[in-house]
Amino acid sequence: MTTLLNVKDLRAYYGQVQALHGLSFSLNEGSLVTLLGANGAGKTTTLRAICNMVRSTGGIEFDGKPLNNRSTESIVRFGIAHVPQGRGTFTNMTVEENLQLGAITRKDSAGIVSDIERMYAHFPVLKQRHTQQAGTLSGGEQQMLAVARALMLRPRLMLLDEPSFGLAPLVVRDLFGILGKINREDKVSILVVEQNAQLALELADQAYVIETGRIVMSGKAKDIANNEEIRKSYLGY
Amino acid sequence: MELFTNQVLAGIATGAIYACMALAVVMIYQAIDHLNFAQGEMAMFSTFISWQLMQWGVPYWGAFLITLIFSFIGGIAIERILFKPLAKAPVLTNVAGFIALFAIINSSAGLIWDFTIKQYPTPFGSAPFLGSQLISTHQAGMIGVTVLLLLGLYFFFQYTRIGLAMRAAASVPESARLVGINTSWMIALGWGMASAIGSIAGMLIAPVVFLEPNMMGGVLIYGFAAAVLGGLTSPFGAVVGGFLVGVFENLAGTYIPGVGNELKLPIALALIISVLVVKPAGLFGRHIVKRV
Repeated sequence: MTTLLNVKDLRAYYGQVQALHGLSFSLNEGSLVTLLGANGAGKTTTLRAICNMVRSTGGIEFDGKPLNNRSTESIVRFGIAHVPQGRGTFTNMTVEENLQLGAITRKDSAGIVSDIERMYAHFPVLKQRHTQQAGTLSGGEQQMLAVARALMLRPRLMLLDEPSFGLAPLVVRDLFGILGKINREDKVSILVVEQNAQLALELADQAYVIETGRIVMSGKAKDIANNEEIRKSYLGY
Repeated sequence: MELFTNQVLAGIATGAIYACMALAVVMIYQAIDHLNFAQGEMAMFSTFISWQLMQWGVPYWGAFLITLIFSFIGGIAIERILFKPLAKAPVLTNVAGFIALFAIINSSAGLIWDFTIKQYPTPFGSAPFLGSQLISTHQAGMIGVTVLLLLGLYFFFQYTRIGLAMRAAASVPESARLVGINTSWMIALGWGMASAIGSIAGMLIAPVVFLEPNMMGGVLIYGFAAAVLGGLTSPFGAVVGGFLVGVFENLAGTYIPGVGNELKLPIALALIISVLVVKPAGLFGRHIVKRV
């Protein structure tokens, strides 16, 4: 398996405050990796640093090419789709416009049209509501829309920031089921940041645990889930 | 009754100009959250360019087109040179920037073309429109050009990808960057388009108010009134506001004793204040909750 994303000694800063203290991890092509950790551990910052939305130093390589010092909008063109915390929905636009925006960097208009239909097949509720303002959707529907919008890029890597946040448990199950399917069937590599460790570990191949800006634990998701000590001390369940 | 119809139609004609100015103001406000006080001066300068071209023998529509392109590029240049570096600066710094821009353009126009009032031609003529005494061909032309412009803009923003990208960049800049939109250039493009729209307003109103460096002062205040009335966050509202202000201004001048031509402008200001007090978001605007 080839390494798709390789992060080395990543340090990130908000003004004078350092949020990441030399964090290293990697993600293999086609895998689903989760970053776990408590509030404020630096999970979101890690995702933001990959997309250059926060000042950082260290090495970030995607498919062997360095991403450092590239603008956020140009990193998207590598095939990296980022679903930010809070979903980043274009609330005053229609559902369909949100999907079109996901594919705004693509040039193949026929492919875009067929991909929109594909998204409606994945997420039937979006088809029902395709002319509605996205802001009128429920939280779960907006999360579906955010994932669909990211997929419209035909990404090689999808970054998801707490997709379960604020959703009912049943909706979360649904969503994670879809993420697993996307990973297996569409061969999209996924890096997902989660507070819901139990669920994320069921889904992921590989897991990293972050504490105060450092990786403190890594391994196969199964092993981490089965290790009671780790679960108790870092994951709180 | 004929006086009333006449005043309403004339109001719609000048309202079309206010609608253009309001739209230009709203486009820049949507993009950078600041009111462009120099919008009128930019339009005035563009109008002078078209006048100069005509003096050199370029036919009207040729000059019109060249001026549009000049204004578009000029608007982008102003954003790149002056306001892009100020993007993260405090509000007052930006306000100072706009006032400086206002003064610079106003004085440059005076320096180049002096402050005397100049006649400006109309391509539509000023005969009665279709034999009716209610409205002149130039007024009909003002309305016609504005309607075409608005339809064109509507089509652009609703049905083109670049229009969609511009709307996305204005509404949620961070998400727009995350789908790969270069928001910085979308802002510049917004400036270019606002500048071009303003130049159309300037060229259409110049035969009425005559050409001179201060010609757009009053017009811009009406444009602001229109934008505030319709809602600074709503391009559609700005356009409706423009027509409403135009008609209201004319009717007030005709029917409220003592207002006449001299006190029309204070009416626009009174309108701005009343709207801000009663309905701060305007008729069609959204309430914006801002984190501080």
